Amino acid sequence: MSNNSLVSISDYSKEEILAILDSAAQFEANPNRKTLDGKVIATLFFEPSTRTRLSFETAVIRLGGSIIGFSDAATSSSSKGETLNDTIHMVSCYADAIVMRHPLEGAARYAAEVSPVPIINAGDGANQHPSQTLLDLYSILKTQGTLENLTICLVGDLKYGRTVHSLIMAMSHFNPTFKFIAPDELKMPDEYKVFCRKKNIAFTEVNELNENFNDADILYMTRVQKERFQDLMEYERVKNVYTLYNAMLDNTKPNLRILHPLPRVTEIDPDVDSNEKAYYFRQAQNGLYVRQAIVSKVLKNSK
Amino acid sequence: MEKELKVAALRNGTVIDHIPADKLYKVVSILHLDTCEHQITIGNNLDSAKVGKKGIIKISDRAFEEDETNKIALIAPNAKINIIRDFVVVEKRPLILPDEIREIVQCTNPVCITNNQPVTTRFHVQKHDGEIMLKCHYCEREVQRDKVKIK
Repeated sequence: MSNNSLVSISDYSKEEILAILDSAAQFEANPNRKTLDGKVIATLFFEPSTRTRLSFETAVIRLGGSIIGFSDAATSSSSKGETLNDTIHMVSCYADAIVMRHPLEGAARYAAEVSPVPIINAGDGANQHPSQTLLDLYSILKTQGTLENLTICLVGDLKYGRTVHSLIMAMSHFNPTFKFIAPDELKMPDEYKVFCRKKNIAFTEVNELNENFNDADILYMTRVQKERFQDLMEYERVKNVYTLYNAMLDNTKPNLRILHPLPRVTEIDPDVDSNEKAYYFRQAQNGLYVRQAIVSKVLKNSK
Repeated sequence: MEKELKVAALRNGTVIDHIPADKLYKVVSILHLDTCEHQITIGNNLDSAKVGKKGIIKISDRAFEEDETNKIALIAPNAKINIIRDFVVVEKRPLILPDEIREIVQCTNPVCITNNQPVTTRFHVQKHDGEIMLKCHYCEREVQRDKVKIK
């Protein structure tokens, strides 16, 4: 097993997180550095994810590395019944590191155990997606100048949304105040509230979006997914209550920035896009620099 | 009927007593007694002041490693393990719940890698507010001790 793998955000200490963000800032200043010259990185996407895959592949190419892999399990040998163990062993004969997205939860932890080369988890089902969390942190740091003592509103699907759960874990190092804004069906699970209490993190829970975010530094929106609802009438109601419009931002703090892991559907009206507080597209761009930092760290090649 | 079970006393071996009746066959399964070739006496639904209906298992001429018997702590923490030699109890072994449990527990998450690929399960035993939880090493889902699925 390779100890350099990144499976879950909790694998990184506060210092390691800050080092990644610092390294990402250097890559943003100068994205084309040939630190991966001669290296081969495999991107194994057992489930399609265009945004994440393109972002990782661009990161590797800008660092001078090469890419092998597949973007859909149907074109890989897993469709013939090959186990993940065998696929990982086979690919590790060719590649210096493996970036993997897999629909099964725990697949990345398992792959990291059996793989002789480092594994970077690019999402394992609804479980972990640490590079998303790190790019969220980078976006927060870049827009606020600090990660410490911020008020962060998490909005939408707080029950199933892995990005918000990982963000809570990662922000717990920086004394945040959280506001959880979600319909009853999609409330923050108890285990994360227990976690916050343990870490002395202040949080409040409300179930209307309204103007509950006027004191916020970060408004982190997530998609409310139709398939999570038993009652479709309830979905239609919630969907409309949880849409952010430009007019709702009038009384918010000037430093407020709106983040969203994307893709969005109806939860942010397009009239917000032109507001300077809308940051979600640049957030996606930050993913490139953060993934350059991650790949470099994993290969211990960061210069 | 007398309280005594009408079976010969054990000369050498292991007695597992005070197993809650509904957990008896799980204990059989955890210790793989279905494939054990030693003489085994199994009694169940016996009256017990402590647990209502209890089960008891006597295995002749067989000693278990502590990490084997400790697996019982997961489902029957109050069971009693007695090691017998020449009809005498030579050891009353306490049950200690291990920090990590391998193999015997199945993850409750249907999309966990361990339920879909040939992967040995691993669970971390954790305490939250006095409640014992098992956390899957792979998918990270937690389950309460009394809701675990034994394979």
